[in-house]
Amino acid sequence: MNPHPSSCSNGRSIRTRFARRFLRALKKIGSKGSSSRPSPRDISWRCRRVKIAADASMASAVGPRRVWSRTMLNMLRSRSHACLHASRLGNSRRPGADRHAVGKRKRLVLKRKLPNRLGLNQVNQLRRLVPGGEAMDLDILLDETAHYIKCLATQVKVMRSIVDYCSA
Amino acid sequence: MSSRRSRSRQSGSSGISDDQISELVNKLQQLIPELRRRRSSDKGSASKVLQETCNYIRNLQREVDDLSERLSQLLDSTESDSAQAAIIRSLLM
Repeated sequence: MNPHPSSCSNGRSIRTRFARRFLRALKKIGSKGSSSRPSPRDISWRCRRVKIAADASMASAVGPRRVWSRTMLNMLRSRSHACLHASRLGNSRRPGADRHAVGKRKRLVLKRKLPNRLGLNQVNQLRRLVPGGEAMDLDILLDETAHYIKCLATQVKVMRSIVDYCSA
Repeated sequence: MSSRRSRSRQSGSSGISDDQISELVNKLQQLIPELRRRRSSDKGSASKVLQETCNYIRNLQREVDDLSERLSQLLDSTESDSAQAAIIRSLLM
């Protein structure tokens, strides 16, 4: 019995919700700075902002009903607070942010009892790739991974069509 | 809030049944283009499915990075409202 609603029927609306949010964010990014001749530094700033906007738009389009999207939203929120904090204090230590940061940091991977045929190495890799994966039980991890993959694929499809549209 | 599968398992034991894991791993297998093509229902390849899953996720994340870079250079063309409306329309097709 699957307690989660089938994500297939929601696939289209996630695509639209993501696209709307993402385009709105792109507009904001494009309006900052001089559009006439962006310097290399402007472009790399924009690139970072676009990537953050892509992740934020997807996480917010999915909403808090998934562990991975909740984790990502918290991560983005604490990161933006940390940046504000750092700029105010002149880049001194950020005490609170590190506690919230998940994902890229090396953390103690909890050893769990696994069926023998599942490679522990692969499961640990997966835990690091899926936001919030390190604290999940195995069955939740696999379920979240499936949803995460679907959303990533949607994200790529939408971004690719935007790029295609703009370079046409 | 939907109920969690973990609540139904026994506390203390290794918990999740092998069958449940197989089912979830099969579900993953369907999502990954590499593995869908090969269609192996071989039970021993669960760790292979996980490995391919990790590779697939990394590829997708890399694509997002590349597309972000390209988009950051094309940003000006997405600004107008009519452009945005046209993009949404083309996505809904």
